[in-house]
Amino acid sequence: MSTITERRFVARACLFAVALASIGADAFAREAAAKFGFGTRPSEAEIGRFFSPLPDGRGMPQGSGSVLEGKSVYQQQCASCHGEKLQGGIGDRLIGGRGTLVNADPRKAPIKTVESYWPYATTLFDYVKRAMPLTAPGSLTDDQVYALTAYILFEANIVADDVIMNAETLPKVVMPNVDGFMPDHRPEHFPPVAKTPHQSLGIVK
Amino acid sequence: MHRASYEALVAERLEREALELAAKRRDPLSPYAEAPAPFARRRFMLGSLAALGVGALPAPRASAQALGAAVHDVPSDPTKTPGYPLADESYGTRSQFETAVRRRFKTSTPLSSWTMTPLEDGMGVVTPSGLHFERSHAGTAVIDPAQHRLYVHGMVDEPRKYTMNDLKRFPSLSRLMFLECSGNGLTEWAKPTMATVQFTHGLTSTSEWTGVPLSAILNEAGLRPGAKWLLAEGGDAAMMTRSIPLAKAMQDCFLAYGQNGEALRPEQGYPLRLMVPGYEGNINIKWLRRIEVSDAPFMTREETSKYTDLFPDGKAVQFSLAMEAKSVITSPSGAMTLDGPGFREITGLAWSGRGAIRRVDVSTDGGRTWRRAALQAPVLPICHTRFRFPWQWDGREAVLQSRCVDDTGYVQPTLGQLIAVRGLNGPLGSVYHLNAIQSWHVTTDGKVTNVHDY
Repeated sequence: MSTITERRFVARACLFAVALASIGADAFAREAAAKFGFGTRPSEAEIGRFFSPLPDGRGMPQGSGSVLEGKSVYQQQCASCHGEKLQGGIGDRLIGGRGTLVNADPRKAPIKTVESYWPYATTLFDYVKRAMPLTAPGSLTDDQVYALTAYILFEANIVADDVIMNAETLPKVVMPNVDGFMPDHRPEHFPPVAKTPHQSLGIVK
Repeated sequence: MHRASYEALVAERLEREALELAAKRRDPLSPYAEAPAPFARRRFMLGSLAALGVGALPAPRASAQALGAAVHDVPSDPTKTPGYPLADESYGTRSQFETAVRRRFKTSTPLSSWTMTPLEDGMGVVTPSGLHFERSHAGTAVIDPAQHRLYVHGMVDEPRKYTMNDLKRFPSLSRLMFLECSGNGLTEWAKPTMATVQFTHGLTSTSEWTGVPLSAILNEAGLRPGAKWLLAEGGDAAMMTRSIPLAKAMQDCFLAYGQNGEALRPEQGYPLRLMVPGYEGNINIKWLRRIEVSDAPFMTREETSKYTDLFPDGKAVQFSLAMEAKSVITSPSGAMTLDGPGFREITGLAWSGRGAIRRVDVSTDGGRTWRRAALQAPVLPICHTRFRFPWQWDGREAVLQSRCVDDTGYVQPTLGQLIAVRGLNGPLGSVYHLNAIQSWHVTTDGKVTNVHDY
């Protein structure tokens, strides 16, 4: 165990040295092994006020909410931007759009919503809690955010109307597009060509 | 108190001068009665934008033509009267005759929006701080640096908390580096839409950034075995969050508190911004207040529902972070008019998120033939690189293009090549990471317009 830790440390130190050498801070690299000790150690309470749940549910706060409670919060806090029927407005459309992601028509927009596109339910909780409503972010309680999450997922036909959202149930929600993402495949390779072989449009104004 | 009253005096004077200038413009005998020449071109540019239905013409105001400037009387002969006196304390402004401004893309709310750099007016490779493009998700945060803290926690041996003074005690680095929004050019996939290079390419800018290596900060906290990702969180109203692979964080990321020789501008994340060299702009988290180390990505809204590339088959690419090599001719460019046949320097910018620009070629015949452009030294990795190409315009129709190659050997694609790989699946489809060759059409009367030619 200690050997692994030691190896990791050496690997880190090497990475660190390489990074610094590439920016020309050689003198700093020599001192990298030593710690500077600047700053302070924050208390548990200070760290505890932060949140950033992972898709597996780690980091979800306490609290719970129902679809009915969520509907009430939605109408007061969200409908003016996202629409009475969650159809969008100043804010994004939240539901619908399943089946529109497969699209090769340049004139037609795929409809990307929580229902059709978002891969993880935890993201919905996280984003609403951190950034919504736009003009009063952070003003909703955790119970209200759980309730809103329940309501939006219900309207999206993903959960039943009697669902209670909390730290245990929310991460278990399987979103329709959970398998819709793939890692970056780039760089792509493009040969230098005088003209693209497959088409010649001429000048398009 | 003394400082406050001084600033009030300055503000009052600027306001008075702006009013006076407005009055002079109405006076037919004043040298201000006619708009100076540069304004005429600007109006033409805006006119062509408006004709395309892009944005609205800003209402003409006297102060609008002197943004970032203090307006002074203009003597008929500046050798016959002293200029304005040197202030005991000042923060300089640009000339009142300069008019280049950032312009906002008219999203539905100015709280989540972006403004674009006027690349056509740029010189060299550094973007003036006041013209550096902006992209913010909940307005520009106002943060007192004395109150600001950076927290480092999660899978670390010891959580740490830093004041700005703490961070400035670490050995520093400075680096000239471009930032580009991955949405740069998103209107241009299916057809040429915007009139000017400001609106087709203006979401890229270069500054000299100063700060502390992120590896030093993580080294202080000590990474635990199994750590693979970190979350960066902004202290703005969006509490913008992105996950960053730990290998990248240790390789070359840094925490910037300086920009172009002074503190960061508010809209660039004052007092602290995460810099992720070569990666898409939004991951360079502004107003940075927290780093949480983890074993997995957090799958935040910005890396799932936004900033992912949806392909025609319905699958989306996630964590497409590197900005690929790209170049554009900034002059001549859209909405300009050539003065007539003869010599005209073609100049522009090239950049790559994967390294340094190795070469740039220029074509004046829509990509049929290419000739090598000169690169202005120094050519730096992950930085705007200025290219120049001497052109004798014969007065005939031309299509101007530039194509760059970076030091990984990557060749900037034509739009056709890019669409062949990514598909063309409409607005909100695969709209990010458009790095294709740009075409500017020159008519026989010298008018330059944005076209597709591939």
